[in-house]
Amino acid sequence: MKKRDRTNDSYPDRIFRTVTYCSAILIIIIMAALFIQLLYHSVPTIRRFGFEFFWSKQWDPVNLNFGALSSIYGTIVTSLIAMLISVPISFVIALFLVEMASPGIKRIVSQALDLLAAIPSIIFGMWGLFVFAPFMQDYIQPFLGKYFGFLPFFKGTPMGIGMLTSGLILALMILPFISAVMRDVFQMVPPVVKESAYGIGSTTWEVSYHVTMKYGLQGILGAVFLGLGRAIGETMAVTFVIGNGYTVNASLFDPATTIASTLASQFPEAVAQPIFKSTLMELGLVLFIVTFGIQMAAQWWLNRIRRSTGGGL
Amino acid sequence: MHEIRDNIKISVRGLNFFYGSNQALIDNDIDILKNKVTAVIGPSGCGKSTHLRVYNRIFELYREQKATGTVMLDGENILSPDIDILELRRKVGMIFQKPTPFPMSVYENIAYGLRLHYKLGRDEIFEKVEKALRSAALWDEVKDKLDKPGLALSGGQQQRLCIARAIAVEPEIILMDEPTSAIDPIGTAKIEDLVGELEKKFTIVIVTHNMQQAARISDYTAFFFEGRIIEYGETEQIFTKPANKKTEDYITGRFG
Amino acid sequence: MKKRPVFLRKMTDKMVKVVSIMAAFVGIFLLFWILFEVFMRGFSAFSPKFFMDISLDGENGGIANAIVGTVVITFTAVILGVPAGLLGGIFLSEYGRSSKIGNIIRFSSNVMMGMPSIIIGLFIYSIIVYNMGTFSGFSGAVALAIIMLPVVLRTTEDMLSLVPNSLREAALALGTPRWKVTLNILFRAAKTGLITGVLLATARVSGETAPLLFTALNSYYWPAEPCWQFWQFFSSPTANLTVTINDYAMSPYPGLNSIAWGASLLITFGVLALNISARIFFREEKK
Repeated sequence: MKKRDRTNDSYPDRIFRTVTYCSAILIIIIMAALFIQLLYHSVPTIRRFGFEFFWSKQWDPVNLNFGALSSIYGTIVTSLIAMLISVPISFVIALFLVEMASPGIKRIVSQALDLLAAIPSIIFGMWGLFVFAPFMQDYIQPFLGKYFGFLPFFKGTPMGIGMLTSGLILALMILPFISAVMRDVFQMVPPVVKESAYGIGSTTWEVSYHVTMKYGLQGILGAVFLGLGRAIGETMAVTFVIGNGYTVNASLFDPATTIASTLASQFPEAVAQPIFKSTLMELGLVLFIVTFGIQMAAQWWLNRIRRSTGGGL
Repeated sequence: MHEIRDNIKISVRGLNFFYGSNQALIDNDIDILKNKVTAVIGPSGCGKSTHLRVYNRIFELYREQKATGTVMLDGENILSPDIDILELRRKVGMIFQKPTPFPMSVYENIAYGLRLHYKLGRDEIFEKVEKALRSAALWDEVKDKLDKPGLALSGGQQQRLCIARAIAVEPEIILMDEPTSAIDPIGTAKIEDLVGELEKKFTIVIVTHNMQQAARISDYTAFFFEGRIIEYGETEQIFTKPANKKTEDYITGRFG
Repeated sequence: MKKRPVFLRKMTDKMVKVVSIMAAFVGIFLLFWILFEVFMRGFSAFSPKFFMDISLDGENGGIANAIVGTVVITFTAVILGVPAGLLGGIFLSEYGRSSKIGNIIRFSSNVMMGMPSIIIGLFIYSIIVYNMGTFSGFSGAVALAIIMLPVVLRTTEDMLSLVPNSLREAALALGTPRWKVTLNILFRAAKTGLITGVLLATARVSGETAPLLFTALNSYYWPAEPCWQFWQFFSSPTANLTVTINDYAMSPYPGLNSIAWGASLLITFGVLALNISARIFFREEKK
């Protein structure tokens, strides 16, 4: 009988290994192809508009004159609103789950958050358009306009839709993701470290803020990056409630657009116009690069944190 | 005897402790004396750490753990709900089995507790940090790496950092739960020396499974067995002529 | 030394606690608000016609074709995406644990998991729809498969990594070939986790809309008619629930809005049912 060892694999083993290898590198191939395709199809727009594309406010499908500024601006503003609201709320929810809730309550709240995360984005869009936007129009926006109307952000007619509504819905959508990661991070802090923080006479909040949070900094940042990536790329919910206005306005009540919602809402009209379609491809390319950049930044930042705290998580 | 009564720092009467429905301590009575080192020994699972964890009510972090009875600290029952738990924990510092530096710099590790409890200027904090590090015999080793992460120190240094952190907030009692079990022999020797120094200013209760250590550093020793305090007295007496058969068996290494 | 007032510290602590309890409740409240609205508005759209008919007659139509379309597209995506994900996961966990190529693959999957689904739609549009000259349900399925791939890949790796090495060694020591060890023994040991991962990934893609806007589009017909002419799935737009919601929600006709709500209820129910059963399955099997 022929002896086999692991360095000299049998034929079936070698085939198996090769098949798994091919399946695994498929993901790299897809990612590379994705980048190349988007780049290739963006070439006509890049040739035509050059760098001006990024700071031009133009959006003129009739004369085929396009600029990305309104989309980029809307993406940044809505994501910023979402993060500003979602990160602190997720933090305190995670705090509640880990430090305060009884096991029963903890399970119920965790499961509710999991369900919230599972709801398809178009459902948030439906709810946003038919339920939440009217609510904003009738209650929140008039209130903000009345008391904070002196700020440029809250000027204008309350229409329900716009950047503020989109940002709030985005906040709700990314909340379960961020709080789930933060919850896990809080749970990873060794109990004895927490005990010694309590042992020196800290309150729950002091332990969480000074010790738990620092201990899990990289995990928390990971959660923040994860949430940011989702907020930036979220499409359907935003498309439904942002109003598709290709302008750059300070007021959060005004209709606006994001890169993703521009892609979704303009595509049907763009199919027949090569340069219009190419414009969308370039916007897609921007979104790809931003997402890629966020991931890279996340990895790099996490490594740096890990080195400077000499361990931690 | 009268002199002893004046010097009682902690007086425990009828202390029972439960993990859910499991009773871990049964009717513990003990008087811990001021400015003395009291060692708590016994086989693992006998309740010695549990007993210690009542003194600063750290067990309350866990829902299912309950203590009944009285633990008088300077005449106040610390198990009473009226006790200010933050102030109690400032007064009663605790050192754990494994060093637990917080994820911040050496300096911040100590300044952290100071800032929690006191209103101090920058210079005052620095002064206190230095004083605490000196008292913990760590100053000379870390004075050039105050801004390095606490986790970058060696195990023994980390443990002394934790001691410095505990004494910085000026406690009266220091609880040590097997503080050298995760430390190398040289580090252990340094910590044992330190305990002798600290005794002058603080009341120290130290749980240890190392009997030589208990004999070396403590003035009084309590022997725990299956949740009960079997014997308590001067260390020398416990180790040379124990009154109880179980104590003798344990000390002579027949079990545990 | 001057003491910091304990009262203030405790107040802060209390306030943070109250705020965090409120935050948790607001989160749950919003979840129920959404589910309540979807149920109330969606349920009133249900009728035999809604389930049996296809939407040829405009405002009062049914969405039977979209239901079938969503099922077919999702099912095809599972067939395309899951085997590749499982095999790739095997490579990461069994052959590429700390290799350079393994790390690159891991990084790529992380990036692809965070990639907005609309980008995947754009990609499939540019390589399949554009070159074939037609929108098709199949291209939609490919887009969903690509979204599933990194999720299944990483889940598989995680689940296989949880299997203790001793099990591998024991099996290999018996002279079992590596591929048999992996497929027969490791997969059996990690079965629960793998099935849960696949179900969760399926739940996620079945509610996707954005990639289908660029690929499957929508249609007023059955995915294939007559149904043995399955190649229509490859050559023509295919109706599906999520794009139907998108199209009808924006319509000025209340009747169509109502159909969109009905479809919303269906897709929400389907996605949550898949999601919950995956979790229950995981918990039951683990016991």
